[in-house]
Amino acid sequence: MKNIITIKNIAKIYQVGTEEVHALRDVSLTIDENEYVAIMGPSGSGKSTLMNMLGCLDTPTHGLYNFKGKNVSAMNDNELAQIRNEEIGFVFQTFNLLPRSNALHNCELPLIYSGVPSYERKERAREALESVGLGDRVHHKPNELSGGQRQRVAIARALVTKPAIILADEPTGNLDSKTGEDIMKLFNELHQRGNTIILVTHEEYIAEHAARVIRIKDGLIESDGPVDKRRVPVGETSFSGGK
Amino acid sequence: MSRTTAFFYEFKEGLLIALGAIRANKIRSVLTTLGIVIGVAAVVLMSTAIKAIDTSFQEGVASLGSDNLYIDKWAWFNNDIPWWELRNRRNLTMEDFERYQELAKLPVASAPSVWTNQTVKYEERSVEFIMVTGTTNDYLETTNFSFEYGRFFNELESNGARNVCVLGFEIADQLFPLGDAIDKEVKIQGKKYKVVGVLEKQGSFILGNFNPDQQIYVPIGTIFKYFQNQNFRSITINVRAENSLMVEATKEEAIGIMRQVRGLTYDQIDDFSINQQEGLLSNINETVGVIQIAGLFITGLSLIVGAIGIMNIMFVSVKERTKEIGIRKAIGAKSRTILGQFIYESAAICLLGGFIGLFLAFLGTLIINQYLPTTIQVDAVILAFVISLATGVISGFAPAYTAAQLDPVEALRYE
Ligand SMILES: Nc1ncnc2c1ncn2[C@@H]1O[C@H](COP(=O)(O)OP(=O)(O)OP(=O)(O)O)[C@@H](O)[C@H]1O
Ligand SMILES: [Mg+2]
Repeated sequence: MKNIITIKNIAKIYQVGTEEVHALRDVSLTIDENEYVAIMGPSGSGKSTLMNMLGCLDTPTHGLYNFKGKNVSAMNDNELAQIRNEEIGFVFQTFNLLPRSNALHNCELPLIYSGVPSYERKERAREALESVGLGDRVHHKPNELSGGQRQRVAIARALVTKPAIILADEPTGNLDSKTGEDIMKLFNELHQRGNTIILVTHEEYIAEHAARVIRIKDGLIESDGPVDKRRVPVGETSFSGGK
Repeated sequence: MSRTTAFFYEFKEGLLIALGAIRANKIRSVLTTLGIVIGVAAVVLMSTAIKAIDTSFQEGVASLGSDNLYIDKWAWFNNDIPWWELRNRRNLTMEDFERYQELAKLPVASAPSVWTNQTVKYEERSVEFIMVTGTTNDYLETTNFSFEYGRFFNELESNGARNVCVLGFEIADQLFPLGDAIDKEVKIQGKKYKVVGVLEKQGSFILGNFNPDQQIYVPIGTIFKYFQNQNFRSITINVRAENSLMVEATKEEAIGIMRQVRGLTYDQIDDFSINQQEGLLSNINETVGVIQIAGLFITGLSLIVGAIGIMNIMFVSVKERTKEIGIRKAIGAKSRTILGQFIYESAAICLLGGFIGLFLAFLGTLIINQYLPTTIQVDAVILAFVISLATGVISGFAPAYTAAQLDPVEALRYE
């Protein structure tokens, strides 16, 4: 399998007043092509921090980050923006769509920033919306769509650039469980079509869709391995750490 | 996917965002532009007014003849000599003129003139207190007058002090609205004068007393006959040089001849003045200068106020859209893209203000047009756009820069 992401001994330290907050202490992992990874852990354990790091939105305080052979730790803001644009598709808990733009334009946005001509942009955005089952909602604005539909638009926007990896931080967190399941089915489909997916979740039944689970606690990886389909409560697992 | 096409699409996107933002905040945007509106209106009106003054002045001077000298008891524009000294000078007389004309070799033409303010009547119509200029037939050669109807009075009429007259355009227009002045008889202080000619429109009120449109010309002899004794008032000698290069030489010659005619010894100073239209020009320039200073002051002040207003509203706009900035950055907008987006927005707001200002200036021009023929010049329009664009870019820069420098993670968290 082709390697996409390698991080080594990553740390992220926030300075809050005189106090240092160690959001990530010493995290190393690799992600290969077409992997389907769930990241779990208690609130404040550093999941979002790790996702932002992997998504090149944030840079680590220490450590190495390699994305498809390129050293991200050494990149400037512009290069990071370009990686985000071309290689990464983000899906957020709160959807993060532009409220004044319709579904089509929201999906087009990443392509505008990579300089795709208008007709091709519209074509690809429409395709992406169709692939998430929203072919009949292209001209709707976010406030004219349900929560699940909004998240589908966000997923279409993440897909439209054909990124190397899709990062989803609690994508079902703002949805009821039924809609959440629908979204997860969509992620499963995307995985089957060959996409690489990392998602953060609090729910075991959501994580079960993935092939691999990384558990984080206090900024450290607690365990990293195949999904345990037997539904063992988190407290009773006896994983001795994946690495 | 070259850099330039990416830039083009970002630019277009930036403009669309800007227009969307303005549309979403219509009233706020328009209020914000008030300073720009006033600034642009002021600068355009100012340049239009100056242009109008300049054009009418140039046209007016051209009709009077631009290479003319006026030998006079009074210094028209020169304030160096105290007025009482000017008053104590001996009057210039017809004899002075005749001897000058005899001796002067350089002028193309020269003619005496004297004026009096009178009321002119035709039947029940009248124009009050206008300038009646008495002169000779040679006067025509010292000017560039053209005629609406008829002709100037001829040598015979001039020498014979016949009761004939030539009407300025506006006088004719008021006394004979139907344009049938020729051969009619107007009355000045009960004496009848036959109209032999009507001038075409020559100048404008910019020329003040010099404006031929507001004058009426009669043979100089009739003035002496009916209104005043020959020695009562000083005459002016109108002299036309061959061309602008000859003006100085003609002036030197005139000084020499006049000193001789007036019998001045070498240690006596000139007791006459040689006036030129440059004096008139400097008067006009003073007016233009005042308009310019006032215009620039209003423009500068309102642009500064406007720029601060725009900057303020742009900071608010950046704050309000922090989340949007975070989203855009997360999906690949570069810092310069965000910088551009907000600069376009403030430029678009200012251009909107520029448009409104231009429209107000256009209305103002219609008012100016009542007095001076004028239109808004292309360069004034360009100036308006450059000014509003520049104000937009300058005042938008700081807010746009803060937006561009936002940390994407922080921006996304912002609620
Ligand atoms: N910008 C910041 N400044 C200071 N501390 C921060 C900042 N961002 C995150 N932290 C801290 O880092 C730690 C990890 O935060 P993070 O958001 O990664 O947690 P999380 O695992 O995503 O939690 P949740 O499940 O609640 O989303 C927390 O203690 C948080 O307070
Ligand atoms: Mg989180």
